[in-house]
Amino acid sequence: MTIDMAQFHQVFFDESFEGLDIMESGLLEMDPGSADPEQINSIFRAAHSIKGGSGTFGFTNIADFTHVMETLLDEMRDGRRQVTAEAVNVLLASVDVLREMLTATSEDAEVDPERVKLQKAELDRLLAGESPAAEVVESEADAGTPAASEQTGWHIVFRPRSHMMRTGNDSLRLIRELASLGELEVEVDLEPLPPVSEFEPEDSYLSWEMHLLGDVSREQINDIFDWVEDDCDLSVNPISPEQTAAPAEPEKSSEPEQAAEVEAAPAQAERRATGDRRKGDRREGAKKAASSGGASSIRVDISKIDALINMVGELVITQSMLSMMGEEFDISQIERLREGLAQLERHTREMQESVMQIRMLPISFTFSRFPRLVHDLSTKMGKKIELKMTGEATEVDKTVIEKIGDPLVHLVRNSLDHGIELPENRIAAGKPETGTVELNASHRGGNIIIEIKDDGKGLDKDVLLDKAIDRGLVSPDAILTDQQIYELIFAAGFSTAETVSDVSGRGVGMDVVRRNINELGGSIEIHSEVGVGSSFVIRLPLTLAILDGQTVSIGSETYIVPLVSIIESIQIKEDMVNMLAGKGETFKLREEYLPIVRLHEVLGVKDAKAQKINEGLLVVVEGEGRRCGLFVDDLLGQQQVVIKSLEANYRKIDGLSGATILGDGSVALILDIPGLIRMAGKASIDYGKDAGKRA
Amino acid sequence: MNESQSMGLENQQEEGLADEQNAQYLTFELADEDYGVDILRVQEIRGWDVVTRVPNAPPYVKGVLNLRGAIVPIFDLRERFDLPYQEYTKDTVVIVLRINSQSGMRIMGVIVDAVSDVLNADSNGLVNAPDFGNRVATEFIAGLVSAGDKMVMLLDVDKLLNQDQGGDSELAAAS
Repeated sequence: MTIDMAQFHQVFFDESFEGLDIMESGLLEMDPGSADPEQINSIFRAAHSIKGGSGTFGFTNIADFTHVMETLLDEMRDGRRQVTAEAVNVLLASVDVLREMLTATSEDAEVDPERVKLQKAELDRLLAGESPAAEVVESEADAGTPAASEQTGWHIVFRPRSHMMRTGNDSLRLIRELASLGELEVEVDLEPLPPVSEFEPEDSYLSWEMHLLGDVSREQINDIFDWVEDDCDLSVNPISPEQTAAPAEPEKSSEPEQAAEVEAAPAQAERRATGDRRKGDRREGAKKAASSGGASSIRVDISKIDALINMVGELVITQSMLSMMGEEFDISQIERLREGLAQLERHTREMQESVMQIRMLPISFTFSRFPRLVHDLSTKMGKKIELKMTGEATEVDKTVIEKIGDPLVHLVRNSLDHGIELPENRIAAGKPETGTVELNASHRGGNIIIEIKDDGKGLDKDVLLDKAIDRGLVSPDAILTDQQIYELIFAAGFSTAETVSDVSGRGVGMDVVRRNINELGGSIEIHSEVGVGSSFVIRLPLTLAILDGQTVSIGSETYIVPLVSIIESIQIKEDMVNMLAGKGETFKLREEYLPIVRLHEVLGVKDAKAQKINEGLLVVVEGEGRRCGLFVDDLLGQQQVVIKSLEANYRKIDGLSGATILGDGSVALILDIPGLIRMAGKASIDYGKDAGKRA
Repeated sequence: MNESQSMGLENQQEEGLADEQNAQYLTFELADEDYGVDILRVQEIRGWDVVTRVPNAPPYVKGVLNLRGAIVPIFDLRERFDLPYQEYTKDTVVIVLRINSQSGMRIMGVIVDAVSDVLNADSNGLVNAPDFGNRVATEFIAGLVSAGDKMVMLLDVDKLLNQDQGGDSELAAAS
């Protein structure tokens, strides 16, 4: 019986990454000196399951690495070792390395063997440095004498008990795994095999005596037999060069010998390193190819599923009630029919909501990385920063979670780097020495609001404006509102930092931040006061699957404009239109000149009713900080629409973000406002610049 | 015919048209010519219905349709093959096909004049389309097969759409 283990890999990786998160947050909360044993325990448990899982799946390098971490944690758990700040830092760094290893393995790529080796050496050093048991051996290894050379292999006697197969363990698989470690000689003992008439197919009868040659640690062997140690008699004994026959005394496998482990480790690392170097060349390519794919799965709270099942039950009841009524309908029942339909509508809506709920994850998935980020960066920059997070339980669509992570990291880094001042400057400014960065998430209306707030030095409007004028982004005589000035930081290549650090300041990023947020159908606002602090408010739709749309008609066609991007809809007279350089139409809305985008031209609608500007309506929309007026025939109505992908069966179309199905079953296309504004910008460059400057 | 037989077989295996020797094809008419597609690729056949026009698409892309919640593009095969225009009639049907592309399975519909028959064709009877140079586009034709006194052109549906993909994006880039 062979099972394709690969099918469980994804689950293993998902669980391991969760485990890593637990370890990381646990380590961050750990107080050196007085650690909560329960906390160490939970970190230990996470490490242990990663080790167990990776051993089972044959990711030996991960298992080996985790094992060393586990040993360290075990000693801390038992109180044999003090929890020092140094140990926590080494463990944190090890979590990073482990994460890299797992990521690489999941993408079929290779990790940098040097890095793993270094980190492992660090762990070993920590282990050896304070644990007398391993000290002697460690120094031996340090001296460059691979201790493993003393022994060339292992003598293993493996005698499964008769019920072992029934526990789901296959002896053959174990032996194959052993064979993958080194040169394996196997002798089978056929003696206990009964005659065929008495043969029980699910019992194990055979036993094996094996000589495993090569630089293999006892730990590796123990790992293989980890799951079966209670179901077999096992003895593992080293073979020394002078020792040809195995010692008779069997040894219990569950007692790992620390000395043997540490002895073998350097040799092993060496072996892995050479192996990895060979593969190193194609590593980059493989990594790239793999990272684009990636299966996505979602873990759903069982209560959500239960709620959904309930809802389906209700729906079925309503449906059967209605169909019963339909069989012998008479007009006197009209009132009951109405009631039934109202019930159906309610159930459908509730069900829609609970299906949406399934895609929702708490934003803590994204927030959880920030304590670490702040911890690391503040140490590095010599700042004292406290991170406050609220509303971590706010639920957001999974796609939003995935896409909002990087922009948030960027904004938080910016706050740390540019926002919060150095302690001495803070004291001089009369502020508390420790700066505060707040991350808040909340629901407001149909939106998710994420706020990143710091009490740092704030954005200096004058500096921003000077920089922008310097770079030619704004003309020197332009008059901009505060919000428009803050918008400048989103321009590509704009940076206010005096020095470029590896944290931020290169001026790339803020434009990407805004683009990502716009892709999610959201917006970002900045509030700031010099010397008091600044806050970035991100507004995101609750879900990407449904949007509030305004249906507009152009000729015989219907299009959907996302309601979030509409500012207002107006009708203007022809004499309000100005021509720019004879081509671009603009109109003046209060103090702004906005370009007019004639949708029927852009979309190629032939039967548009409104040709003159006063015959139709202008829908003023905003996207990526730029505004324009979309010229349409008429507004039809507002409705929630379910977004369907055009790309699934066709391809991306410029100016459209997707399609939806209207009440009558026909398809309506959803306009991509930022895309349309860009298209309009391309058509007449002068225009685009003007709009960019003023919006 | 013996010589071409072996050639046809090779060709068929290369194209991966059908796994079995005896494949079935759905045949349809297009401007009095007979075409066929692998029946296993046909998801459904439906009458012509109004579609939603897609802006800035090539003329043979008639628009998109709601197929039980999926947005499916509809292609006019007459226009795709530069055949003369004809009003849609009550016989006009849309054949919904499943296409394998780089990004997984896609669904698309093709508008044809009328569906004719299901053809049992021994793949040994398959021959390559003769080479017309540039005059006739034969790149979508996987092979020819005789049915009675008629010749049926078997379409390679994957190439048909994937070609569109490439063609369209080039078109879009150029415009």
